[in-house]
Amino acid sequence: MQASVIVFPGSNCDRDVAVCVEAAMGTAPLMAWHGDATLPKSDLIVLPGGFSYGDYLRCGSMAANSPIMREVVAQAEKGAAVLGICNGFQVLTECGLLPGVLMQNKGLNFVCRNTRLKVSNNKTAFTAQYADGEEIIVPVAHNEGNYFANDDTLKQLQDEDRIAFTYAEGDNPNGACLDIAGICDKAGRIVGMMPHPERRAETALGGEDGKRMFTGIVEALS
Amino acid sequence: MSGHINDTEITDALVAEHGLTPDEFKMVCDHMERIPNYTELGVFSVMWSEHCSYKSSRKWLKKLPIDGPQVIQGPGENAGVIDIGDGDAAVFKMESHNHPSFIEPYQGAATGVGGIMRDVFTMGARPVANLNALRFGQPDHAKTRHLVAGVVSGIGGYGNCMGVPTVGGEINFDPSYNGNILVNAMCVGVARTDKIFYAAATGIGSPVVYVGSKTGRDGIHGATMASAEFDDASEEKRPTVQVGDPFTEKLLLEACQELMASDAIIGIQDMGAAGLTSSSVEMADKGGVGILLNLDKVPCRETHMTGYEMLLSESQERMLMVLKPGREPEAEAIFSRWGLDFAVIGELTDTGRMVVNHEGQTIADMPLAPLADGAPEYDRPHVPTPQAADFDMALLADAPDMADALTALMASSEVASRRWVYEQYDSMVMGDTLAGPGGDAALVRVHGTQKALAISTDVNPRYCFADPVEGGKQAVAEAYRNISATGATPLAITNCLNFGNPERPEIMGQFVGCLEGMGGAGRALDFPVVSGNVSLYNETNGTGILPTPAIGGVGLLKQLDKAIGNRFTAEGQTIYLLGDTAGHLGASLYQRDVLGNDSIFAPPTVNLAAEAAHGALVREAIDKGLIAAAHDISDGGLAVALAEMAIGHTIGAEITAQGDAGFWFGEDQARYVLAVTADNAMAFEALADGLPLHKIGTTTGAELKFGDTVTISVKQLHDLNEGWFPALMQG
Repeated sequence: MQASVIVFPGSNCDRDVAVCVEAAMGTAPLMAWHGDATLPKSDLIVLPGGFSYGDYLRCGSMAANSPIMREVVAQAEKGAAVLGICNGFQVLTECGLLPGVLMQNKGLNFVCRNTRLKVSNNKTAFTAQYADGEEIIVPVAHNEGNYFANDDTLKQLQDEDRIAFTYAEGDNPNGACLDIAGICDKAGRIVGMMPHPERRAETALGGEDGKRMFTGIVEALS
Repeated sequence: MSGHINDTEITDALVAEHGLTPDEFKMVCDHMERIPNYTELGVFSVMWSEHCSYKSSRKWLKKLPIDGPQVIQGPGENAGVIDIGDGDAAVFKMESHNHPSFIEPYQGAATGVGGIMRDVFTMGARPVANLNALRFGQPDHAKTRHLVAGVVSGIGGYGNCMGVPTVGGEINFDPSYNGNILVNAMCVGVARTDKIFYAAATGIGSPVVYVGSKTGRDGIHGATMASAEFDDASEEKRPTVQVGDPFTEKLLLEACQELMASDAIIGIQDMGAAGLTSSSVEMADKGGVGILLNLDKVPCRETHMTGYEMLLSESQERMLMVLKPGREPEAEAIFSRWGLDFAVIGELTDTGRMVVNHEGQTIADMPLAPLADGAPEYDRPHVPTPQAADFDMALLADAPDMADALTALMASSEVASRRWVYEQYDSMVMGDTLAGPGGDAALVRVHGTQKALAISTDVNPRYCFADPVEGGKQAVAEAYRNISATGATPLAITNCLNFGNPERPEIMGQFVGCLEGMGGAGRALDFPVVSGNVSLYNETNGTGILPTPAIGGVGLLKQLDKAIGNRFTAEGQTIYLLGDTAGHLGASLYQRDVLGNDSIFAPPTVNLAAEAAHGALVREAIDKGLIAAAHDISDGGLAVALAEMAIGHTIGAEITAQGDAGFWFGEDQARYVLAVTADNAMAFEALADGLPLHKIGTTTGAELKFGDTVTISVKQLHDLNEGWFPALMQG
């Protein structure tokens, strides 16, 4: 399988996620440059966390318009699996692959801490190795993670079982609607999430709850 | 050209405005063999400022221990470098950004963080950890909340965007910082020992290259501002505070790393304090050459900038490099790919002079050596701090009972949880943070290896004020203990020496005393100083801060899976107190916050032989897998240390030891609390044979029980500890 991690100017979790993809897959992913207009055909595309373009405009909006994203969208539409983490999730909403928007945290401050997540949908391409409803611990680190969508969209997400992760009760760090931490597309192949599974993928870092995102997608694609 | 800035007459008033004394100005004229013009005066003024020249402190800095087999590069470069084995090096430094942070807390703190990271990545290292030692005024002072919020937000805003984890630090509150907060930023990076980059520029004719952000008018004379006291009009200095752009610095980091993988760079220096001036002077002087600059080539953000402004601007995110001739195209390709400015702005010459051309004129022509090293070295008058009296035991007559004292301390400004602060910092990015904020020392894995760096910042300004020599020793000893408590071996320190006005003999006496103590401890503990920074004139309207020589210690843990934390991990463990307890309450937190007494009493003395022996035992026991948790005893003494170990996982303890207020809250040094599982207790006691080791209790339940009389719920202690900071910030 071919995996690619997109590197935007200001991405800063690109290496971290590449380490996890390589651990799961056995080979290193391609690090793809934002300015390239072509992307080798990829089975898995990861949009990493960070501050693409400094987040100086709306988070993710500049990155969503970079040349490589036309390729990402085209391959996603042909069925490539896409994972957007944190800033990558913001890019996915900005480029229209996922609905809604990530607003500033309700508490108005950046927040970095472990959160308890509930796996709301274990049928996506990324979550098959989790039990349905399983509670896992994955850290967040963001200033704009407050997921918002209008009522119709939220209802559609619920009806179509497209909420992949929610913050466990009482542990919502940002005020997100319906405690949403991550969502997916209809096919369950495009997942965007604010928490960072790559930061909790080995025991030395406190736990392995995030690791199954990567081993799960590799298993699904192999 | 009419009306050129250099046509300005050099008057006594103009000289004074530039912070030069009449004697210093005379020395400048002697070096120049004429009266300098306006631009040259500006250049001398920043190069000879206290901030850049260390003119009041140099004599004493020379006495610090700076050598050791682990030291690759000591003080004098952008950052210190130590050997951490396997061809890896740790590169680190701590630096102050006090004056700007008081005037504009967000940008002041942000650019402090940005500046220290540039110092580290200039050396060829990738920054892997940031820490911050912060001091604010009393919590209820009108400005404190605003300053805390701004500084924390600025630190996070910069470090988070850079993708370098902020893993630790310290915060104190004291009225002496009401008018002068301290923002000391430390950065640690990792490099290969054969790929360290230095500032020295060599090779006549080699191109001098400017990369990074464009130059604006921000920060002009920042170094001079940092070399003067504040008064009521200091708010007017806001324009001298720089504005940070962490996004550009992230690009600069990646572009520099990419270029550094080649062999195109001869020398590299970041443009920090005094910007283009100090970077070009330092590079050329260290290489023993001259430098010709053409300011017409400098990328500018604003129009009609004078040469004077370009030379003195402290615009951020800029670097100066000397490249091997002919390598400009490949370097330019890298920087333009990252969207950064790249300009050849000069070349090295054999003149030993700095010559600056702008708009067809030579606007400055100065000898380099006096600029770099010619600032006078002052042996300022200093009087030793008077010996403080011993703690007055009569103060204990109406002291609160043990439970009330402990609960008060757990919710005090010094002990309260810093969660409100550190959750605003990304402490986990880079995926190597093994232990982030809240431990004795932070632990950061060296990427791709099984070893880790242990990092801690420490100083107790109350001790330094009461007894500078013991306080200076204690700061080093505490960093040593905090690192040892994780299992790591302490290797070297950086320091950030924050003091008041050195022209006052009693302040200079504090400085001299603290350095004497620091030097002695560094020698005794084999813990040399490899980099540092001095920040003087931390005074407002003649009132100085507590002497605050912050220490940043770095240690190495060879096998990261041996690391332990500072929280009780299970019930049924034996709790030991390592070290002697005389019950020393002078200058303690108990004195200040429980007794509410601010008299000056002698702080605890530091027994360096005991520090070394106890540290060695703790490290060896951890290496042998005998210890489950270890915690250094500092602010608040034994009782607070026990409570901190309990609240982590809500595991209580029954403490059988008995004692008075001095026993529970005394701050005697060289002490640790250690938790040991039952099956390791015998082996551990055997290992500690001959050292003062006392069994004081057992972990159990969800309460802390001190004998039969005092029982406190761990949850209550936890909630008190967590509640203080959010309550402060909500106001």
